[in-house]
Amino acid sequence: MADTTVTTAKPRAAGARKKRRFSRWHLLLMPLSLLFMLPLVQMLLTSFTANGEINRFPPRFLPTSLHISGYVRLFQDAPVARWMLNSLIVSGVAIVSHVVLCSLGGYAYARLSFRGRGVAFMALLATIMIPTQMLMIPTYFMFSKLGLINTLGSAFVPFLASAFGVFLMRQFFLSLPKELEEAGRLDGLSTLGVLVRIVLPLARPALATLAVFTLLNSWNDLLWPLISIDDPNKFTIQLGLINFQGAHHVDWQELMACNVVATAPLILAFLFAQRQFVATMSMSGLKG
Amino acid sequence: MKNSLLISDHEKSARAERRGNDVRVPDRDERPGRVYTRRRRRLVANLTGWSFAAPATLVILGLTLFPAGWAFLISREHWDGFSPARQIGWANYSNMMQDPDFRGAVDHTVMFTVLYVPVVLVFGMFIAVALNRKIRFISFYRTALFVPMVVSAAATGILANFVFDPQFGLANNVLRVLHVSKQGFLTDPHEVMWVIAVIYLWSDLAFSVIVYLAALQDIPQDCMEAARMDGANSWQQFRHVILPSLAPVTVFVGIWETISVLQIFELVLTTTHGGPLGASQTVVYFIYNEAFNLSRYGYGSAAAYALFGATLILTLGAFAYSRRSKIEAF
Repeated sequence: MADTTVTTAKPRAAGARKKRRFSRWHLLLMPLSLLFMLPLVQMLLTSFTANGEINRFPPRFLPTSLHISGYVRLFQDAPVARWMLNSLIVSGVAIVSHVVLCSLGGYAYARLSFRGRGVAFMALLATIMIPTQMLMIPTYFMFSKLGLINTLGSAFVPFLASAFGVFLMRQFFLSLPKELEEAGRLDGLSTLGVLVRIVLPLARPALATLAVFTLLNSWNDLLWPLISIDDPNKFTIQLGLINFQGAHHVDWQELMACNVVATAPLILAFLFAQRQFVATMSMSGLKG
Repeated sequence: MKNSLLISDHEKSARAERRGNDVRVPDRDERPGRVYTRRRRRLVANLTGWSFAAPATLVILGLTLFPAGWAFLISREHWDGFSPARQIGWANYSNMMQDPDFRGAVDHTVMFTVLYVPVVLVFGMFIAVALNRKIRFISFYRTALFVPMVVSAAATGILANFVFDPQFGLANNVLRVLHVSKQGFLTDPHEVMWVIAVIYLWSDLAFSVIVYLAALQDIPQDCMEAARMDGANSWQQFRHVILPSLAPVTVFVGIWETISVLQIFELVLTTTHGGPLGASQTVVYFIYNEAFNLSRYGYGSAAAYALFGATLILTLGAFAYSRRSKIEAF
């Protein structure tokens, strides 16, 4: 109540001035954001447009009627549900393993002292500079010797842990006050106990960042499954998508339906946890 | 607990002394029991440390350093993956220098990098400044500009094929309404790299914007206030306060973008497969094609090493530059 009276009574002039001063930034941001959304809107619309209408000339942006037949055909023609499940498994395993291994490793490099720590950490940092493309040929042969080619395992093994993840967790642990951990030690907790009971609960933002980073990388990866998997039942959704493109490029409605199915989970995840996604990006920027 | 009961008073005082001045090493002959516990404690510390660090470290090093070394060995072989490899020294590297396909791939990649990186830096900074305002709809603008970032390269490529389809794509449709003549886009060798750059910008702009936005929000409000008090107009504020404080981030984003653009591949694969007539072949597409389509693993590995060398030189150069100009980017 008090608030409203203050704002209405005091600066009516200020309010009016605010209204009059239309920010010029809108002139830039409004068209730009519409332009950025346009392809996605078109993807969604096309997936609901009958093929006869898509192929008509001149094309129109808005369809005259909406059909779900593209999605029906998609699920009849291809094991899309299987591909989604595969991607879920790959991302799920990658996230869990990243969280566990990078927390343990990050904690060791932040707080524990042991022989060889400095050398091992420098070696980890150095690997950040090696482009994955250089590794794909030997990794392919290594995996085929291990019998991993054409299994789902080959899709997630490269995402079990990452130097970036270890580094991120280490930086976060370094920023925590040591006193809490010492108190835990005095209460008789083991090193692992301190990590699990005291440090990790405090590290939730860092863990969420790590999870988002891993989800983006593993869900969207194409190069590695492309090289290591040819069994259609083992495809991830991204690999399924580009194979589907090769086979069905005339049926735009069905192809766009497939695109929507492959893209929607991450867009929904983004809308749901936008703050975390943005934090992840800016973290990767500031901590390299 | 156990230890303290076993330690004599004499040792207790020795330990207390050491706590103050941690240089005295216990005499081995004098106190065997103590040496045992210290050594044991160090062993336990080493074992604990390694049991925490080893899983992640072994996975990461095993999947990078070992294959990296192996890739170098392969790069000096003539090998199709099945028949025994033949050692050919540096021949793959010298052949690569004369290969017009490789030259083309390098040209396209370098041109793309030189054109794209400055654009994404300027554009990213500008949009971050725009998004850093408290105006209406700002969260809508942010969401709209950030969403493409989570769309995969595969989905982006397929969507781009549709939008830039010469017959019924949205892009030509817009041109038709504007009475501009129809374009070939991804099917035209002269346009294809530009179109890929636009598509890449769509999916990649959010990264630089977000990093710049985070840096902008770190600029202390006092600085901006002080500049305003001194009568700086908004251009002067940007030029003398914002721009200098964004310099470290710019070095970082520049390196990051350069490295990721040098590795551009998935978008090429899903839009053009390097075509038309090799006009959009990039270095990584060349490596992929040589190795996994033509089974020339040695040659592909040599090209991969060339890419690594170029990345390394650029990264170290940027490091040296940022050190020397005292921009703390890392």
